[in-house]
Formats: sequence, structure tokens, C-alpha cells
Amino acid sequence: MLKSKTFLKKTRAGGVMKIVREHYLRDDIGCGAAGCTACGGAHEGPALEPQPQDPASSLCPQPHYLLPDTNVLLHQIVSAWRPGTWDSVASSLRLPGSLETYVEQEQGENANDRNDRAIRVAAKWYNEHLKKMSADNQLQVIFITNDRKNKEKAVEEGIPAFTCEEYVKSLTANPELIDRLACLSEEGNEIESGKIIFSEHLPLSKLQQGIKSGTYLQGTFRASRENYLEATVWIHGDNEENKEIILQGLKHLNRAVHEDIVAVELLPKSQWVAPSSVVLHDEGQNEDDVEKEEEREQMLKTAVSEKMLKPTGRVVGIIKRNWRPYCGMLSKSDIKESRRHLFTPADKRIPRIRIETRQASTLEGRRIIVAIDGWPRNSRYPNGHFVKNLGDVGEKETETEVLLLEHDVPHQPFSQAVLSFLPKMPWSITEKDMKNREDLRHLCICSVDPPGCTDIDDALHCRELENGNLEVGVHIADVSHFIRPGNALDQESARRGTTVYLCEKRIDMVPELLSSNLCSLKCDVDRLAFSCIWEMNHSAEILKTKFTKSVINSKASLTYAEAQLRIDSANMRDDITTSLRGLNKLAKILKKKRIEKGALTLSSPEVRFHMDSETHDPIDLQTKELRETNSMVEEFMLLANISVAKKIHEEFSEHALLRKHPAPPPSNYEILVKAAKSRNLEIKTDTAKSLAESLDRAESPTFPYLNTLLRILATRCMMQAVYFCSGMDNDFHHYGLASPIYTHFTSPIRRYADVIVHRLLAVAIGADCTYPELTDKHKLADICKNLNYRHKMAQYAQRASVAFHTQLFFKSKGIVSEEAYILFVRKNAIVVLIPKYGLEGTVFFEEKDKPNPRLIYDDEIPSLKIEDTVFHVFDKVKVKIMLDSSNLQHQKIRMSLVEPQIPGISIPPDNISNMNLNGPEKKKMKFEK
Amino acid sequence: MAGLELLSDQGYRVDGRRAGELRKIQARMGVFAQADGSAYIEQGNTKALAVVYGPHEIRGSRARALPDRALVNCQYSSATFSTGERKRRPHGDRKSCEMGLQLRQTFEAAILTQLHPRSQIDIYVQVLQADGGTYAACVNAATLAVLDAGIPMRDFVCACSAGFVDGTALADLSHVEEAAGGPQLALALLPASGQIALLEMDARLHEDHLERVLEAAAQAARDVHTLLDLVVRQHVREASILLGD
Repeated sequence: MLKSKTFLKKTRAGGVMKIVREHYLRDDIGCGAAGCTACGGAHEGPALEPQPQDPASSLCPQPHYLLPDTNVLLHQIVSAWRPGTWDSVASSLRLPGSLETYVEQEQGENANDRNDRAIRVAAKWYNEHLKKMSADNQLQVIFITNDRKNKEKAVEEGIPAFTCEEYVKSLTANPELIDRLACLSEEGNEIESGKIIFSEHLPLSKLQQGIKSGTYLQGTFRASRENYLEATVWIHGDNEENKEIILQGLKHLNRAVHEDIVAVELLPKSQWVAPSSVVLHDEGQNEDDVEKEEEREQMLKTAVSEKMLKPTGRVVGIIKRNWRPYCGMLSKSDIKESRRHLFTPADKRIPRIRIETRQASTLEGRRIIVAIDGWPRNSRYPNGHFVKNLGDVGEKETETEVLLLEHDVPHQPFSQAVLSFLPKMPWSITEKDMKNREDLRHLCICSVDPPGCTDIDDALHCRELENGNLEVGVHIADVSHFIRPGNALDQESARRGTTVYLCEKRIDMVPELLSSNLCSLKCDVDRLAFSCIWEMNHSAEILKTKFTKSVINSKASLTYAEAQLRIDSANMRDDITTSLRGLNKLAKILKKKRIEKGALTLSSPEVRFHMDSETHDPIDLQTKELRETNSMVEEFMLLANISVAKKIHEEFSEHALLRKHPAPPPSNYEILVKAAKSRNLEIKTDTAKSLAESLDRAESPTFPYLNTLLRILATRCMMQAVYFCSGMDNDFHHYGLASPIYTHFTSPIRRYADVIVHRLLAVAIGADCTYPELTDKHKLADICKNLNYRHKMAQYAQRASVAFHTQLFFKSKGIVSEEAYILFVRKNAIVVLIPKYGLEGTVFFEEKDKPNPRLIYDDEIPSLKIEDTVFHVFDKVKVKIMLDSSNLQHQKIRMSLVEPQIPGISIPPDNISNMNLNGPEKKKMKFEK
Repeated sequence: MAGLELLSDQGYRVDGRRAGELRKIQARMGVFAQADGSAYIEQGNTKALAVVYGPHEIRGSRARALPDRALVNCQYSSATFSTGERKRRPHGDRKSCEMGLQLRQTFEAAILTQLHPRSQIDIYVQVLQADGGTYAACVNAATLAVLDAGIPMRDFVCACSAGFVDGTALADLSHVEEAAGGPQLALALLPASGQIALLEMDARLHEDHLERVLEAAAQAARDVHTLLDLVVRQHVREASILLGD
């Protein structure tokens, strides 16, 4: 049957357009119930279970299907997670297309009412249809709606209907399910006295109007980690000024949550504020202390010089919520028997969430997941509901799970569908594989990696040619041979984007069979590789570049240390050693050239844990050591990446996947320049080269660590390097490496970007064929976006893992005091770095229950004067490190000042000597064990 | 592409069709007595009228006459009221010239022009309502009109458009689907022999997909043929009843 729809629409230009559309009503949509003779096999897609296995409900004892209305489905999808709980009838969206259940909009009926009616008609149709199908087994469809009127009408029409809450309460088997219901009921919102705290959000249509006319700005809301009353909004678009707007105070934040897309209104200049340097955490247990909040807000507004003021605004509406389920812990309410509790998310940027649960006592001390349902105007905190219990706090598994979840790292085991695309074992190289491949098994190739590395994705060789030149080859695991475009394995790796290395665990991007076996270029086995071979002269100038797919047989898998030993040893003369020496010689020249061009050598304190082999507890911390061989491998990887980047960009100017590192805006360097100035050093930041040179010059004979500190600070000034699609951008420059073009080619086992680059290169040299998604620059741009996100998240997850293990380490170690250097100076705190552990921490000078010391903060130098002692950046101090477990959720390393001594603030040294005594003793005991 | 979902998860298109399904086709032959042949076709909301004159002597400059075959002259126009916004379309604008040229190519391939040397066949097509697939509707209408005029052809020419959305080939695009901006292909087919009279596409489409989209369009064109064949038979039956056979 054909229905025609005619309606008038206003166009963007303001004209009125008449739109005529056809609508074909189908008579071939089945009901989806298995064995329904009336519909035959017309149904496709997921079918209903023949006999719904619902948990017993006291409201409707006979077997039944559920038909939730759209709102219930949208809001309760989390509770719908659990299989077996909701056997919902095929989604209501499909039914209106069917002939029997088509509902036309009546005069004066709005779209929502029509939808509701359509769902009711569908429910009725289903009930009659199922009755026809089998009179004896009494199947029923139950309509679930939270809309009172809708329910009344349904009952009138003879459809069994319940509200969500009624139904879930009636489920005798699952009493805990009620906690998981999103509390949306109107009564639920009136928890508080009704005092309205926040101003209303404007409707979307008004926001869009405002954004178009420029009165409002659209941007991503980013809450501050350090101060819950402050946030910034990153404005979308390329408008250079007003890129970032500051929001201050609860009312101006107006219920926006981290990552939401919001519309903000700029405040008049007279109300602009400067970003406060105060560290402030939301700790109030009771909810309604709005007055107190205002007091605190006042505290932020200290007098500052005119030019420090930044554009300030307030949130007028939310364009898109980006809520997700949050990990965190329950802060049990003080009132006994209370069912409403506050939940504190692990991420400090997320406000606390009020949830309703009856299992507070069991959930105490556990990590749980909670989802936000809404944030009414009269409530200090958003409302949410309990989703999942992860386990005890402090347990290593729980904490790892939390940090993976919090950083959105996909870490489930690979599905069957994914594994089905793995090659069958035992695997060997076949004739077919040899097509388009060069046999390089005779070459003396070896790999150099950190100790314990099982996913070896690069190997090297170097030999002298007959004409006296050198042939250097970089051989990369040919992952794209195993991961074919478009299949489940490819999709899963694309989604994961990168392998995540945590302290004691590796979350693989590709299944282990590939990562640690077939793709890993282990020694003495034949492996498929993608080789990049250069002919160079002895001054490391490239004469010829060749890319080819190949088969290699690595002669040795060395660690950095082993390789270094071979190079240094006087009496080893075998092929591998000569090869390594040749590589090392060339690498040194390459590095020199690169640095001459202005590549930066930056520094960041990296630490490694020595793990106890049984308990996997960290026993010792060590900063990473760098050898010549590290930089040798790195140099050739850079060279390969640059060569490949040139090649693929030459071949595919529109859709090459490249990596760029934008130059940071000059303002980023302010901290560095000021800090150096305080030491009478000058840092030039106009170009990468001058920065590199001035960093090299910045030495102090009395203070050898200063240079490293400056480099650490410089690292903080940098921008993130990102992947992009060459057709979507025209700035390709890599600032840090001082290369006009760059990409990632050398680690396809652990980075998906490399897999794409491999495919592009394979097409470019005619070794493989292209596929549609590869040549679509929009698809490629989407991939880049995901990869950038995953890489960022993986980095954060790694840091979080290190932080957690540092805590474990200090837990076992007890209290120690160490030398530290000041990295930053804040208004009420200093941030220090402890070189011995590569550990960074904050020393606060304000405590809640103590009288505040006299603090004078000078932003220009920057320095902080406490009583009579002045702290500058890079000053050496002594701090005491201990684990603060007072807040179970955020166990943290607490640092307090030991030296210089300030009465009333620093800790008296005799106190420490005691602790120092305790420390070694404990250690001894451990050895005895 | 815009936020509109052109193909639902269940495999239905915006107007309720499945990927390979055509819109409803209704056609009539012999709508005007004045012309030698005429036909009217509706493909969903796309409606077109075709009129054929000829074969007749060359009009205008005699120099245009071809010594070995007939000259096929096609003119395309669309009514001012054919789209959502009323818009005057002067004769001879680029779009209609191009369409006329395409129609001419299509029918030169199908009509046995060598039977009428030094003569001319005029095909006039007007689109009364446009809702996607105007070229296809024009070709189909013109085929019927040429048949109505009794001009010998190799075969029917059946045309259909096809597009490509989310890895699926969609046959017979409506205006909404065309406006979404995906690749779109127009195919005119001689169904009996499977020969292609005209194939046109001006968007980027990866070669791996081309075959599938082409097959979808060809299948749709064959479906169109079945329907047009019915229309012709029905028309002949009616005509013969009137003649009193």
C-alpha cells in the first residue's frame, strides 16, 4: 500500500517549500516469534525467543514479552544490559512501517502522541496476533511505559500496561535490579527543599540561533582537575581569539559535566577573572551548603593584574551530553538507613553523583560503576543509578580494571569472530605468500629490543656492497599480510588502535598468536616482513631507497645491553657485530644531522618497576637507562618512517596517513622562559633549532641536574603529535623531529596507524591491491580521529598505572624522605620532582584544620613566599613521601616539606630520622623472607 | 552525508522499500492523438510525458540529413512546477541540453535508424514532477512512446538509477536519497541482449563496488522491462479490441 505525505517546510533561506514524500507500507514484516505460521519466514534479524524465560513477576505470572516505549528503552538501556531480564518485543520503531500497524497522524495530534499511539497499536496487534498463533500457551505482550496518560490509555484499550518501576519491583527473582533503574520519576527529583540553585538551560533551538548570531559560543566543557569550581570551554571553530573561555563558580558551570558540548555566553569584561591557582576539592558531605560554596567562590576572586584576566563566561545550555558510566566509590551517607548516597567518581573532573541504593553497606569500600540520569535545577549534585560492582578497592585487579574503564581502553578478550580470522596453526610460508616477495633470508639480520620484549616488530641489517657503499635495511613485521581489510580482526584492531602497556600487563591490539608469534620477528625462524632498504655512502647520505615485501630470518634477538656489549667488545668479529657496528656508526651521523636541522632532545622522567616475580608487587623503582643502541635503533626507525611518509604522500597525495607535530604557540613557553630567567639563563623559543641550541647551552656548573629539569619543562610546553589524513590538512611539519613529513611505519604490531601505512605502501609498490575505505579520505580522517583518541587514552592509562604502582611501592616501603626539585609554583602549593623515582607530587601549604601560613605568590618570577622563605622554580628541597590512605578512593602519595625548615609547616627532622630508621628495618625483614 | 539514515539496520529505506525494490510504476501509451506516439509514466512521484514525431523529412537545414540513417532529435524539458520550489527553466539551459544529448545517445543505440535514411525522428520528453531518477523515467517514457509510434527498435530500452549507501547498492533512488550526495549511477539497458545503451556516473566509486552497483541497476532495469512489457501488451490488447478483432 502506498501512502503519500505532503507537508510544508521552511528552508534555510527563509522560503517555504512543499515536500511530497511517498511511504510504502509493507505487508511482509513478520512478528518475529519463532514458529509463527501467520507470518511465515518473512522475518529477518533477531527473533523472539519461542518461550520467554522471564524471571517470575508477581504482576503477570504467565510467560510474556515486554514492549517498552521509546523513553523507557532510551533511559533504561543500562538495566536492559543483563540478558534474560528484558525480552523486549522487536523494537517498536519497525512496526509503524507494517501495514496492519500503520498509524497516521491525526489532526491536532503532535508527533509524540502519534508515536505513543503507534506503540499502543503495535502492542494490541501483537497480543491479538499471538493469541491467534497458539491459543494454549497464553503468550502475552506487556507494555511498559512511564507516561501516566499513555498507560491509562493503554489500559483503556485492553493492553496490559505497567510502569517500569512497577514491573521491576514485581520481579521476585532480581530484587537488586531496582537499584539499577534510572531514577527519572518525577517524585525522585524533588529530593531537596525545592530551592532552585541553577538557572534554566535554554532549549536547543534558541541555542542554535544564539550560536549563529554570535551571542553564544559552542564548545567542549572541560572541568578542572584541581578546582571543582572552575572549568574551561574549548570553543569549536577556527576563531583564533577567545579559543578558551573560563567558567568559575557553580552557577556559571550550570550543571555541565566534563566533556559535554555546551553553549556559553561571554560575561562583560568587568566580570572577567583570571584562572585561579588554588587547588580545591569538593569535600562537603552535606548537599545544601550553597552559601558556603559562594564563600568559596569569593575566595577564588583575588585581585589580579588586568592582563591576567581571561574571557569568562557562563553556561546557558547543553548542546550534547557526553555522559558515560563512571567508576568510583560510594561515600556512604551519615544518616543510617538512608537509601540516598553520594558517589564520588575516580575522575576528579566529574561531580559527585547522588544515587539510591539499598545495598550501601555491601558497596562500601568497593569500586562501582554509576551512570548519571539527570541533573535537576534544584539539586546540588546530579542524580544517577548504580550499574556494576567491580570489586574491592586497592586490589590490583580491581584497580587495573578501573583504570582501563576510566580511560576507555577496550580490554575484553578477543571474540570468536575475531579469532576466526587468524591463520591456522601450524603456519608456514607457502608459494602463494612468496609472490611479490623478495627472499632476504640469507641476510644477516638481527633485532634489538628492551629485555623481555615478545612483540618484536623491527629488525635491522647493514652490509657493505661491492661498490663500497653500505646497504642498510629496516625490516618491519608484515602485519598487514595477516590482517586483511574489513574483516572482524581488522575492525577490532582498528577500534583498539594501539597496544596499551601497563606496568604488569599488556593489552594487545592484535591477538597473541600474531603479536608474540607469527608477526614477531624472532630469531632463527622465517618471518614475513616489509623491508625498507637504503643504499648509503659512508657519510650516511641516502643514494637509493627501495621498499619491498620480503621473507627474513633473523639471526639474533638482542637486548639493548647485549647489542651494546657486542659493539664495545674488542674481540668479537662475527657478522652480526660488524653489522651492528656499521649501523651504530651511521646512526651517529644521522643523529648529528638531525640535531643540526633543529630536532629537539627532550626529557621526561621514565620509570621502570622491578616486579616481584610471584606477587607482582613492585619491589624497586628505577629510572630508565639510555644506551647508545637505543638511539641507534631509534635513528633508523625515524629514517624509515620519513622515507615511507615521503613515498606514500608522493603516491597518494589525498589520502596518505601521516603524523604531524604542530609548533606550540609562543605562550606555551612562558613558564619555561620565566623559570630559566630566574636562573639567569636565556631560552630562545622562536624556532625549534634555537630552542634546541639554547637548551644545550643552559648548563650550570653547580647544578648539573638543571639541564634535565629544563628539558622536562620544555616537554610540558609541547603540543600533542597527531595522525591526520594528508588530504584534510596542509601543514605536515613535525616540530619535534624537525622533519617536513613524518608517519608511523615501524610498529604495526602495536599501532594500527602503521597497519594502514603498510597497506598504502604495499599499494604504492604494487604488492597489494587497494580497497575502497583506503582511498576514502573521510573514512581515513575518522580512523585518525579514533587513533589519536586511543593513543591519548593509552598514555593516560599508562601514567595512571605507574601512579598506582608507585603507591604500592611506597606502601611497602613506608615513609622516606628524598631530595626533590621544584617544577612549578602554585598559589598555595609547590609541585616537586624527585629524580630518584621520577616521581612528581604536590606539597600543599594550606591545611583545613591548621591556621593558614602567610603566603605571598608572585606570578612574574614565579615564586612563592611562605612566612620568610621564598621558593623559586628549580629550588632544591627535601620532602617526605608517604602514602595517604585517608581517602580510600584516591589513595595518594602525600609529600610534605622537610627542608628548608619553616616552623609550623615543615616537619621537624628528628621525626624523620625515626622514620628513616623504620625504613631500612622493614627492608631487611623482606630480605630475610 | 546528512544525519538522515538512508538505510535502516533492518534493511529498509527511508520510504519503506528494501535495497533492490523499485518504486511503484504506472504507465500509459497513446495519451495524445496528435502525435505519432506518446506515453506517460509514473515512477513513484517522478512523472514524465514523452511524445514522438516521425520518422519524417528533415526540418530546418537539409544539411543535417544523414545519408545512411535517421537523425534522432531529443529534447528534454521539465515543468516549472516539477520540483518543490517553482522555478522557471528556460529552454536550452545546460542541464536540459545534456539530458537531451544523453537521450539521443540512448535512442540512437536502440532505434534501427538505418531503416529510415535521410529522415528525422523527434522525441520530446517533459518531466511533470521530479522526485529522483528523472533520466530513467524519461528513457522509459520515451521507449513506450517510440513503441507507440511504431518505430522499429532492437529492443526496449529500460533505464534505472542506482546508488551506493553503507556498502549496499540501492536501486531506483528517490530525491531524498539522491540529495544525500552519495555516488549515483544511471543505466539504460537493452534487456533481451543485456547490452548497455548508456551508462553514466559522475561521482567517485571504488572499482570493487562498481560491479555490485551496476548489477543492482541492471536487475532493476530488467524489472522495469517486465512492467513495461505488460503495459505494451495491455495497450495492444485494448487497441485490438477497439478495432473489433
